[in-house]
Amino acid sequence: MKLSVWTYEGPPHVGALRVATAMKGLHYVLHAPQGDTYADLLFTMIERRNHRPPVTYTTFQARDLGADTANLFKTAAQAAYERFQPQAMIVGASCTAELIQDDPGGMAEQMGLPCPVIALELPSYQRKENFGADETLFQLVRNLARPMERTGHVTANLIGPTALGFRHRDDITEVTALLEDMGISVNVCAPFDATPQDLTRLGAAHFNVLMYPETGEAACRWMERELGQPFTKTIPIGVGATRDFIAEVAEITGQEPNLDVSRLRLPWYSASVDSTYLTGKRVFLFGDGTHVAAAARVARDEMGFEVVGLGCYNREMARPIRALAKAYGVEALITDDYLDVEQRIKELAPEMILGTQMERHIGKRLGIPCAVISAPVHVQDFPARYSPQMGIEGANVIFDTWVHPLVMGLEEHLLHMFRDDFEFHDDAGASHHGHKAVDRKAEDRPGLDPGPPDHPAEEPQPANDNSSITWLDDAEKELKKIPFFVRGKARRNTETYAAERGMTQISLDTLYEAKAHYAR
Amino acid sequence: MTDETTPLPATGCRDAPVLKQRGQHEVFCGLTGIIWLHRKMQDAFFLVVGSRTCAHLLQSAAGVMIFAEPRFGTAILEETDLAGLADAQAELEREVARLLERRKDIRQLFLVGSCPSEVIKLDLARAAEKLSLQHAPHVRVLNYSGSGIETTFTEGEDACLASMVPVLPKTDEHQLLVVGALPDVVEDQMLDLLSKMGIGNVKVLPARRADSTLAVGPNTSFILTQPFLGGTLAALGKRGARHIPAPFPFGEEGTTAWLRAVAMEFGVDITLFDTVTHAPRARAKKAISQAAEKLDGKSVFFFPDSQLEIPLARFLTRECGMSAIEVGAPYIHKGVVGPDLDLLEEGPTLSEGQDVEMQLDRCRVAQPDLTVCGLGLANPLEAEGMATKWAIELVFTPVHFYEQAGDLAGLFSRTLHRRAKLRLEAAE
Repeated sequence: MKLSVWTYEGPPHVGALRVATAMKGLHYVLHAPQGDTYADLLFTMIERRNHRPPVTYTTFQARDLGADTANLFKTAAQAAYERFQPQAMIVGASCTAELIQDDPGGMAEQMGLPCPVIALELPSYQRKENFGADETLFQLVRNLARPMERTGHVTANLIGPTALGFRHRDDITEVTALLEDMGISVNVCAPFDATPQDLTRLGAAHFNVLMYPETGEAACRWMERELGQPFTKTIPIGVGATRDFIAEVAEITGQEPNLDVSRLRLPWYSASVDSTYLTGKRVFLFGDGTHVAAAARVARDEMGFEVVGLGCYNREMARPIRALAKAYGVEALITDDYLDVEQRIKELAPEMILGTQMERHIGKRLGIPCAVISAPVHVQDFPARYSPQMGIEGANVIFDTWVHPLVMGLEEHLLHMFRDDFEFHDDAGASHHGHKAVDRKAEDRPGLDPGPPDHPAEEPQPANDNSSITWLDDAEKELKKIPFFVRGKARRNTETYAAERGMTQISLDTLYEAKAHYAR
Repeated sequence: MTDETTPLPATGCRDAPVLKQRGQHEVFCGLTGIIWLHRKMQDAFFLVVGSRTCAHLLQSAAGVMIFAEPRFGTAILEETDLAGLADAQAELEREVARLLERRKDIRQLFLVGSCPSEVIKLDLARAAEKLSLQHAPHVRVLNYSGSGIETTFTEGEDACLASMVPVLPKTDEHQLLVVGALPDVVEDQMLDLLSKMGIGNVKVLPARRADSTLAVGPNTSFILTQPFLGGTLAALGKRGARHIPAPFPFGEEGTTAWLRAVAMEFGVDITLFDTVTHAPRARAKKAISQAAEKLDGKSVFFFPDSQLEIPLARFLTRECGMSAIEVGAPYIHKGVVGPDLDLLEEGPTLSEGQDVEMQLDRCRVAQPDLTVCGLGLANPLEAEGMATKWAIELVFTPVHFYEQAGDLAGLFSRTLHRRAKLRLEAAE
C-alpha cells in the first residue's frame, strides 16, 4: 500500500480510453463498477469534447457479484455493438473487474460479434495510464495492420497522438506541415482521428514518425519489426531538435532536407538584448520523460537558462532521463510522488519551474514562476488558439510561454532600484503571479487609514539543516533588500558558506563574502 | 398560518409508478462525498483504501481543491497487497501510523472502502477497531464504504454519517438534531431561524469538529436537510431518535414547510413562527421570482445523480413555473422524499436507476428546454443543441433555505439566460 494524494497518471484503462476516444469507429466495452464513468468527464470537460467517449461501462453493482457479472458483460457488449455498429471493438477490465476475473476477452470471443474484437490485458495494480495507451495502440496495430505495398510517393504515419494529450491536436498540424515541406504526405495519423479501417492501411507508409514515445513506442517497434518501417527517434520540440528531426527524416527517406524558417522567431527573440536577463536563470524541469528531455535542451541551448534539476514521473522513461541528467551534470528525480518533487524544488530554490499542472501548484505555493510543459494538465492547457509545442510554431509558442511568467528584465531593475516604492516594493511578487502579492503595510502609505494588520506572504525558505546558524540583525536586514526572487538562494548560499567554515553567526560581512564566493 | 403558496396538487407522485431500469449508470461513486465532507469536518481525514482509479477519481472530481492541504488521500493497493490479505492489515496500520504522525491535527480518521477493497473483502471494520485502540484517545478511527458497487455519489455522505451514529454518546436531553452536511453559512442561517423560534437545543450532524457535544438518545428528534440520508435515518432510528418527516428546504415553500415541521414538533407558537419567517419568506419569493422569469413555462428533464432530483423538481415546478418531463434519481427512498413526492404534481416519469443510452433516447425524443445531468453528458448534449445544467454544482453550492432560494433558481436559469444572449452564428 502506498499513500497517495495526487497521481500524475491515471490507471491503465484510462490510457485505453484515451486511445478509444481519439479514434472514430472504435468502441470500448469496459467491465467496470458503477462510478468508473467519472473518466468520461476528463474528455468532455478538460478536453471539451462535444461527444461522449465511445465507451460502454458494464456498471456492475454489489448485488451482481457472483455469476451475474459475466452475463452483464455479454449483454453490454451486445448492446454496444448493436447501437454503435463500430468497425472494431476493444474489451477489457478496470481494476475492480480485474479482481473478479471474468475474462472479457474470452467472453467477447465466444460471442462471435461481427467485427474484430481486441482484448486488452492491462494490469491495473502494476502499470499506469501511459502504459495503458501504449499497450492499447500496440494491440490495435498488431491486430489490424498488415504488410502491404508502399505508396507511390513518400508517406509517413504519425504515431502516438491521443485524446487528452498535451497539445497533441496542434502538434499533428505542425508535424504534417514539416513533412509536407519535404514533399512527404501523411498516410495515417494514429490513434488521433483514425478509424480501425485506417489502421489496416498503416503498412503503406514508408516510415513512421514517433511523435510521443510514451503512447506510441510499442506500436512503432512492432511495425519496424513486422512491416519493415523505420521510425524517427528525434522529437521535434525546440529549434535544434526540429532541425535534427528534419535531418533524420531526410536520412530515412532520401528526400532533400528542407525547413522553412521564415516564421521562426525564437532564435532572434532569444538573441535580442531584451533577453539578456534570461541568462543563467536557474530552472527545474519535471513532467513526462519526452517533454522534459526536449525542454531541457531548449532551456539550456536556446534560452540560455541553467538547468539545475530535472526528472520525470513515468518510470518507463527513467533510463533516458537518468542519462540526460548526467549529461547536464544534475541529479535525476524519478518519482510519482509530488511531495518528493516539492521537496526537491525547495532544496534547489530555482528561479523558474517547467512542469505539469502539479508543479504549477507547487510554484504558486513557493512563489516561483512556472510554465507548463507536460501532461497532466487542466482545462486551460487545452486552448482554443493554435499552440503546438513541436516544429517552428512550437518553438515560438515555447518562447512566449516560458518568458511570460518571469519578471521582465526592466521590471527586475525597477524592483531593485525602487524597492521602497509603493508599487514596486519587493513583496509585490512577480508580475503575472499575483498570488503571493501583499499590500504594503498601510502605515507605510501616508494619507491612508491603517487597515487590518497585514499577513505578509510566507517567504520561500529553502529547507536547510543549518539551523544552528543565526543571522545577525544587520545581515538579516540586508538580506531583505535583495529582490525576493533570489533571496532564497542568497540565504541558502550564505548559510552553506558559513556552515562550511564552521561559523555560527552571519554578519553583513559574511553575507557579502558569500556573495563574492558564489559570484558567477 | 399565512399561506400564500401554490395549492397542493390533487394527487401527488407518492404512489406514481416508478420506471426501473438497469444498464450503464453514468454516475459518480460514493467516494466523491469526501470532497465536501472533508471541508465540513475540519479535523477529519478520509483515507480511501483502493486503487489508482480511486485516487484518480478524487483528483479529477476535486479539481484544484486537491492542493489546499487536502485531508484526504488514497492508500493505493499494490500487487503484493492482493496476494496475501493478512499483510494488507499490517500495511494499512503502517500507512495510518505514518499519516497520523505527519498530521497531528487529525482527530477523526475515516477508512473509506472502495470497490477493490470490498471485492477482496478487506475487513476495514476490524482495521478501524484495532486502529482506534492503537491511537486512542487522540484519534477515533471509523470506517464506511464509498464503493461504486454499493453507493452512488451522495450516498457516500449517508454511509459516512451512518458510521458515526453508533458511536455517538447517549443523551436523554430533549434536543433537535439536524442531519446533513451544509455549507457553514447556510448552517448558521438555519440555526439562527430556529433559535428565533425558541428552539435552542440544536445539534448538527456532522459537527464541524470531533470534540463537540454531539449525542443522541430517545428524546432526540431529528430532521434531514438532504434527501440522500436514508441509511443515517435508519441508524438514528436504532438509537431511539424520532424522525421528523418534511419536504426538503429548497425554495421558499420547501424551507417554510421544513421549518414548520420542526415548529410543530417543538410546539412553537404560530404567531411566533409567522413573525420569524415573514421577512425571509418575502425576500426568498422576491429573489425567486426575479431569477425564475426565464424558467416559467419551460420543461425540465432530470438524469439521476444525487437524489436531490425529486425535491428540486418540486421546487422548479411549484415555485418557478416549470414542468417536469422525467425525474430520474439513482435511488428513491419514499420514507425520505415522500413529503416532496406529495407536493409534486402527477405527470412526470419517475425513474430509479438508469440505462443511460435508453434514457438519452427518451431525452432526445422529449427535447426538454433544460436537462439536468452530469458532466460526462452535459457538453455532448449541448453539442446536440440541448440546454443543460450540470448537476454536481447543486451539491457543492449553497442552495438550501431562504437566502439561497434566489441563487438556486439562478443556477437553473443561468443556462437559458446564456443561450439567449449568445449570438454565435452571426460571428462566423
